[in-house]
Order: sequence, then structure tokens, then C-alpha cells
Amino acid sequence: MATVSLNGIKKTFGKTDVIHGIDVEIEDGEFIVIVGPSGCGKSTLLRMVAGLETVTEGEIRIAGARVNDREPMDRDIAMVFQNYALYPHMSVFDNMAYGLKIAGTPKAEIAERVNEAATLLQLSDYLHRRPRELSGGQRQRVAMGRAIVRKPSVFLFDEPLSNLDAKLRVQMRLEIKQLQRRLGVTSLYVTHDQVEAMTLADRMIVMNGGRADQIGAPLEVYANPQTEFVAGFIGSPPMNFLPSDIEADAPDGARTLGVRPEHLRIASSGTPATVVYSEALGAETLVHVSLPQGGQATVRQDATMPLPAEGTAVHLEWNATDRFFFDADGRRN
Amino acid sequence: MEKRVTFKGIWLPLLLVLPQLVITAVFFFYPAGQAVYQSLFIPDPFGLSMQWVGLGNFEYLLGNAYYRASFVTTAIFSIAVTVVSMGVALYLAVLADRLIKGSGVYRTLLIWPYAVAPAVAGVLWLFMFNTRVGVITWYLGVLGYDWNHVLNGEEAMGLVVVASAWGRISYNFLFFLAGLQAIPRSVIEAAAIDGARFWTRFRTIVWPLLSPTTFFLLVVNIVYAFFETFGVIHTITGGGPQQATTILVYKVFSDGFVSQDLGSSAAQSVILLVIVGALTILQFKYIERRVHY
Ligand SMILES: Nc1ncnc2c1ncn2[C@@H]1O[C@H](COP(=O)(O)OP(=O)(O)OP(=O)(O)O)[C@@H](O)[C@H]1O
Ligand SMILES: [Mg+2]
Repeated sequence: MATVSLNGIKKTFGKTDVIHGIDVEIEDGEFIVIVGPSGCGKSTLLRMVAGLETVTEGEIRIAGARVNDREPMDRDIAMVFQNYALYPHMSVFDNMAYGLKIAGTPKAEIAERVNEAATLLQLSDYLHRRPRELSGGQRQRVAMGRAIVRKPSVFLFDEPLSNLDAKLRVQMRLEIKQLQRRLGVTSLYVTHDQVEAMTLADRMIVMNGGRADQIGAPLEVYANPQTEFVAGFIGSPPMNFLPSDIEADAPDGARTLGVRPEHLRIASSGTPATVVYSEALGAETLVHVSLPQGGQATVRQDATMPLPAEGTAVHLEWNATDRFFFDADGRRN
Repeated sequence: MEKRVTFKGIWLPLLLVLPQLVITAVFFFYPAGQAVYQSLFIPDPFGLSMQWVGLGNFEYLLGNAYYRASFVTTAIFSIAVTVVSMGVALYLAVLADRLIKGSGVYRTLLIWPYAVAPAVAGVLWLFMFNTRVGVITWYLGVLGYDWNHVLNGEEAMGLVVVASAWGRISYNFLFFLAGLQAIPRSVIEAAAIDGARFWTRFRTIVWPLLSPTTFFLLVVNIVYAFFETFGVIHTITGGGPQQATTILVYKVFSDGFVSQDLGSSAAQSVILLVIVGALTILQFKYIERRVHY
């Protein structure tokens, strides 16, 4: 268990700048989720913490000690890869025991720790199998087991659930969260799935093109997004963006008005719009409308509300406190 | 989806495979049949008559000290060629695999020796190690070592091993490099995070995962050392000194064509035929059951 701090981390591949300077202090036992669209540099950032990529500029500290020049094995970390990266020629037991064997742990202790992890992950019946004889979910668990038996100070996860089907993903998400709570190990978790980020994170780092747009607790980021990008990325369905001149009291410099779908209401007066189509999802309904000024918006409403027919002319309204204004650079103003 | 072309008659398909069948018949079945046939006879010195001796040629060979010595020579030679060519190739492949930039250049350069015919390679090495004018012999002389593979059997063996292995390195290198690159990077990274340093990773992860490639190359290289090194030996040592480099294939040639002992030579060919057959079966059996991780 340890703190992790990133100070002004930059990464350049040849001539391409991939990470433009990231600062974050991670507390002991915290679960940090790095979230962002594909190609924004999440994996690169994680791999720098792991020691699999060199750090172009800046400093990484684990438990207070600078680790920039340390090899991966000297950083006291464990990593779960997207494709699991299990050793194909070894049994599940040997996969989990590998790190301990190299560390010279006594045989009896290895067996004890592997069995303990296997019980925790419901893998006890599969210890003698090879990875190729396991299902995707089981392989994922072996990868987790391999990480936890070594009792590292930091866990690193690079999209560990993206190869699983939707249902298993939800289940494993819960298991990972519980496991991390129980073990209390500082974790960095990379994902492009904002739902995963919202549910797992103590704090999340929302990345956009190699920058950390916002760092904060999920609900705080949701309630108070600092940039247009974050506002649009976190939340599903995403925030509606309308031209800010729709509002008479828009602040100077504002270009875009953002309102979350659940904050829009169909009412008898307000901004006129036309229903494009409605999606009834059971508990709730999404009504997609188009605006005369151009652009579309989504209204999220309770299933008990009347379902407007396609082509109906309606009016939208929202509370002034639920508005977010963004300037031309996408910053809040 | 597999697409199968079906022919209606028998004649067109037959016509299409005919060239291959003819080549196989003329250059393999006919000589092989001849060898088996001749191995059962002893021709008179003028080749006018043949005397039936049954398995006499084989009996004689297996009791012959020179022939048994040639077996040992062949074993030493093939093992040395295989170990040297595979060892160097693996070393180079590991280096090239770690290289991100410029590995294409190395690969191309390393493939060149494969394009050199064995006999030409033999002549190249012969010039470099020529006892009077060879450049390497001269440097060895400067260092105080008197190189003379014409008189020294061990030096002669060393030279033919190096010359034979050299041409093979390219081939082995390509297979090893492909094998190394087929190992997922993340598996190696996972091992590094698990605490394994380079050598431990190589021993516990890379080498086991590379074993199908290694086994395949082992068989192929032994077959090569057995049969395709004739040109190198013929140009460099001619089997000498004192049969120190006379491997089985070379003995077939020297007994048959030089000493004109056709019966014995034919019997030796048959023995080689059996050996290569056994090696091929081994190889196919293994390839069929090859471990897929
Ligand atoms: N070895 C490399 N050499 C050059 N460019 C690279 C290298 N690795 C990554 N990049 C570039 O860096 C950027 C960030 O890559 P990275 O893998 O960190 O993205 P990511 O956020 O993890 O995306 P994804 O969600 O698709 O995994 C990409 O534009 C990628 O092309
Ligand atoms: Mg990635």
C-alpha cells in the first residue's frame, strides 16, 4: 500500500507528444480511474507508472520514492492487462505462483497464498488447468489472482473487462471493487467506459488528448464538469449542447449551453422544439427533439409521463441552476 | 469457407500432376530403386557382371571400422553444425527482436548467406583459411597459432562445421525471429512486472514458448547437416585428412565414385534413405501434434 504521485508527466513518442503534462496525488488505498476516449493516452500513462514506458519529462513517485529509473520489477506494482497476458504454457497455479517463485518465497507459503487467492476468486477447481482451457471470465480472474498473490503496493488495470460480454462485465466490475475495498490496495484503473469509471472510482481522471481535463470524485465531476469535453463524455445519454444565445442571460464569452437530459422537461411553454422520435426504455423514456435553431437534444423523462408522438411540436424548459455555459475553448465560464 | 474445385474426369487432373510425378519418378524412385537393387550385388571391377550377395554389403559395412567411424564423424558434425547454427541464429534473433528501429536492415543482411550455394560458401571459407594465403590463417599466425586444417583433423572438422553452419544461420534466424515475434509482448511485460529479469524471462517464458520452433529447426538442421553439406566438405577438405571429415554422405560418394565400390556405396545410400525417412516421419508426427498454446 502506497501513495502515488505524478508530477508534470509528459510523454513523447519520437516527434509526437502523447501526454502533455499530468499532475495528480493519489492517496493510499484510493481507487483512481483514468477514463477517456480511445487514443487519449490512458494506457501510455499507466504503462509509465508500471515502468513499461520511459517517462519523457516529469516525476513519478510511489510511496514517496522516485521511480522514474526503476525497472518494473523494482516498483512493487502488479498489472492486469487487457488481454490478460497469462503464461500460456503454465497451469493456473503456476501462473499465479510465478512472481512468488522468482521472489524466492518458500514453497509452503506460495501454496498458501495461491490457494487463498484462488478461493477468493473461485478458481480453486481450475488450478491445474492451462489458460486456454478457461473461459474469458476465468482467465480474467487468473490475471487478477496473479496480481493479488504478490501483495503489491499498487494495482494497475488496463481495460481489464473490455474482452468480456456485457453481463459478465457488470459482475466483474462489482468483484473488482469489492476486492479492492477488502485489500485496500492503491489502484489505477484505465477504461474508456464512463459507466465503469463512475461506478468504480473514488476519484477519476478524465483525459482528453493527453491532458487531464478534470480530476475528481465521480459525482462531483458529473455535477460540476469543468470542460465541455468532460460534460459530454461523462453521463449517458450525454449532455445536450445548445447555442448559448438561446438564453437571454448567457454570460459574456459563452458559446455553448449544456443541459443534462434529465434536467430538460417537456412543458407547455419555453423553447419550441419538434419530436424526432422517442425511445421507451422501460423505467424511463428518451425523447429526441430537434430545435428550430439547428441541433438536437435529448429529454430523459419518467416512463409514467405521456409519450409524445413523432413530429409533435413541443416546448422545452429547464432550471437556470442546471445550466452549464462553456466558452469557445470548451472551458466553463 | 473452403472452396473445393472438382474435376469431372480423371485425365485432366492426372495431366496436371504428371510433371511432378515424372520428376519424382525419374529423380527419386528410379535412383532409389536402383540403389536398393545394387546394394544386393557386388559388381566385378569392370562392371561387366554382378554377383548376388544378399545382405552381404550391409553385413560388411556394419562390421567395417571405417564405416562405423564415419557414423561417429557424422554425429559429431551434425550436432556441431546444428548447435552452432541454431545457437548463433537464436542469439541474433533475440537481439533483432529487441530492436525496434532498423531491424529490417539486419534481417535483410542476415538473409544473404542463405543465398550463397554451399560449394561457393565452401570456396569462400577455404580461401579465408587457406594454409598459405588465407587471411584468417595469417591473423592466427600473427597471434601465434599455426592453423593447418590440411594436416589437423580437428581443425578440418572445425572449419567444415563453421562453413556449413554459416549458411544455415539465416534460415534459422528467420524462424527464430518469427517465433519470438509471435510471443505476445504483454506476456513478456507481465513477466517483467512479476519480477523476472531478462535471463529469467528467457529461460521460463521465451524458451518454452519457442520450443515448437526449436524442435522444427532441430530436425531440419540435422537433415541439412546429414545430406546437404556435401558441397562444403567436397570443396574444403574432400573428406580428409584421414577421413576426419568423411560424413556418411561423403563416404557414399568417395566409395562409389572414387573407389568404384558400387555395391557398398549403394548399400550406404539405402542406409541413409532409411535414416532420412525416419527423421521425416519424426518431423511430420511432431508437426501434426504440435502444441498450440
Ligand atoms: N509505441 C508507440 N509509438 C508511437 N506512438 C504511440 C505508441 N504507443 C502509443 N502511441 C500513440 O499514443 C497515443 C495514445 O495511445 P494509448 O495507447 O495510450 O491510448 P489509449 O488512451 O490507451 O487508447 P485505447 O482506449 O484505444 O487503448 C495514440 O495516439 C497512439 O497512437
Ligand atoms: Mg489503451
